[in-house]
Amino acid sequence: MTLTIEHTTMPVLGRLPAHSSRTEQIAHIAEAAKQIRIQDLKLVHYAGAGHIGGDFSAIDILATLYGAVLDISPATVNDAERDRFILSKGHVAGALYTTLAAFGFLPVEELATFLKPLSALNGHPNRTKVAGVEANTGPLGHGLPVAVGHALSAKLDVSMRRTYVLVGDGELQEGSNWEAMMAASQYQLDRLTVIVDRNRLQQGATTKETNDLDPLPEKAAAFGFAVVEVNGHDHGELLDVLSAVPFRPGKPTFVIAHTHKGHPISFMSNNVAWHHRVPDDAEFAQALKELA
Amino acid sequence: MTVVHTPSIADQPRYDCRDAYVETLAQLAEADHRIVGVVNDSVGSSKLNSFRKAFPDRLINVGIAEQDMVGVASGLANGGRIPFVSAASCFLTGRALEQIKADVAYSNTNVKLCGMSPGVAYGELGPTHHSVEDIAWLRAIANMTVIVPADPIETAAALRWAAASEGPVFIRVSRMSVPKVYPEDYEFHLGQAITVRDGNDVTVISNGTVLWRALAAAEQLAEEGISARVLSMPTVKPLDVDAVVAAARETAGIVTAEEAVNGGGLGGAVAETVVQHHPARVSILGFPEFAPTGSAGYLLDRYGLSPDGIADAARKLVTTGK
Repeated sequence: MTLTIEHTTMPVLGRLPAHSSRTEQIAHIAEAAKQIRIQDLKLVHYAGAGHIGGDFSAIDILATLYGAVLDISPATVNDAERDRFILSKGHVAGALYTTLAAFGFLPVEELATFLKPLSALNGHPNRTKVAGVEANTGPLGHGLPVAVGHALSAKLDVSMRRTYVLVGDGELQEGSNWEAMMAASQYQLDRLTVIVDRNRLQQGATTKETNDLDPLPEKAAAFGFAVVEVNGHDHGELLDVLSAVPFRPGKPTFVIAHTHKGHPISFMSNNVAWHHRVPDDAEFAQALKELA
Repeated sequence: MTVVHTPSIADQPRYDCRDAYVETLAQLAEADHRIVGVVNDSVGSSKLNSFRKAFPDRLINVGIAEQDMVGVASGLANGGRIPFVSAASCFLTGRALEQIKADVAYSNTNVKLCGMSPGVAYGELGPTHHSVEDIAWLRAIANMTVIVPADPIETAAALRWAAASEGPVFIRVSRMSVPKVYPEDYEFHLGQAITVRDGNDVTVISNGTVLWRALAAAEQLAEEGISARVLSMPTVKPLDVDAVVAAARETAGIVTAEEAVNGGGLGGAVAETVVQHHPARVSILGFPEFAPTGSAGYLLDRYGLSPDGIADAARKLVTTGK
């Protein structure tokens, strides 16, 4: 492992001043996403395991949320009024850990323990071990019901805090999501935002080949959500949409973020083989070069 | 504590523990705004209509959706609420078992799971509606406390304890009518067995709706000159190991009697304890198979959980024991 020295060299990004311009915010998100991808690539390469395809699919969304949308910081990570983010597609824990480290929630050096014995950073997030993790996820179809509970608690408190949950598109095949969507709609949880990482690939095949979700926008709308579609790798689009929710007062928001698994690496992008494949040394070097 | 019931325990007035449940939950909610109810369309079957009337915003009904119900409770707890999830135990535990494991226990959230009408309370509805597996399932999950109250007094006391404690709790709340076993000033203490009747020849360990039957069995045995100790074990997890070991050491054997499968529940917990600490004979009474149709009382009797059946098992241990 000749590259180990570089393992934990990611700079920690602070929050931008409140008056920052949209241009400054987008630049900040772009820089965060780049650093997170480089670090996540190292994380998976050195750990010899992980879900890099799904990580890279979701990183632009995570960078946007933590970089400019969520009202949360390492200093307010336990404040009752913090915004909540739940990673329902818990197998991309590596992307979440790296994002949390990028924004100072956990020490960058701790990323070196990913998947190691006794590490807090196991293959799926744990709220009792990692600051900034709001729910233990991993089995699919859990995050959205929990997020509905978060949003309900905020509503009972007459609080302005917001709840965001990132679900995989394949994950929507779990029925619990649709139970939760009905409840979110029934309770008019308009401070709840569901973001679907719509990369159209699941473990071994496309969602279409497996259990087709389309027409997804129509389904979400029929369940009572205000539906918005964005390019999930366009930081400007993500920032505008995620900052502007709710789109319809009284309705929860359903953001379909069109993404590519493995984005933007040439040999990974939209390639089903990269669900949990680990880059070898040559692939690692090539990916680093493409990200630089 | 030794409780002497005169006349016989079997002749005492009977109560539905759900009445104590809803009365206590309302008192707790009145005193603490954090407490909310979470149900799966089970307002009526949980007798929560009066609670809903008193606290309309604080009874969350997610509809017939148990996985969502338990996840929602976990989220509510994250927001600082103390959710009491109230649903038929067969569906709450069976249908949402992974949510109970991941969202409640592994996440260590402050969620109280109240399994209504457990065991064979829905006798005539058949094994789909029997909840005899719930104790074994939940006892297997780390971080989970498992409580099986025996009467309305203990149901109320356990609920008060759960509201004041931090972390995941499962409490069974029976709809079967039972006599009061405990005095009105009974206080629940986690993990403590209660000697509800002292004795030295044999021990019966029981809880829930079967406890009074165990007491009635001890009354029968006393008439024959057999002194049966009756231990109430409301906390199946964590188990009172000392009380079990003392019973194994001091009496001819232990009969466990519970409204549950006879593997993995109270009987399993007692047997595991005895094997590890002081080997002794254990006779486990419960349900060994999917029960046929019949009323709860009929089914309990059929599987040896009647006073006669429990007395028979105890008598065998005394006559063939050490």
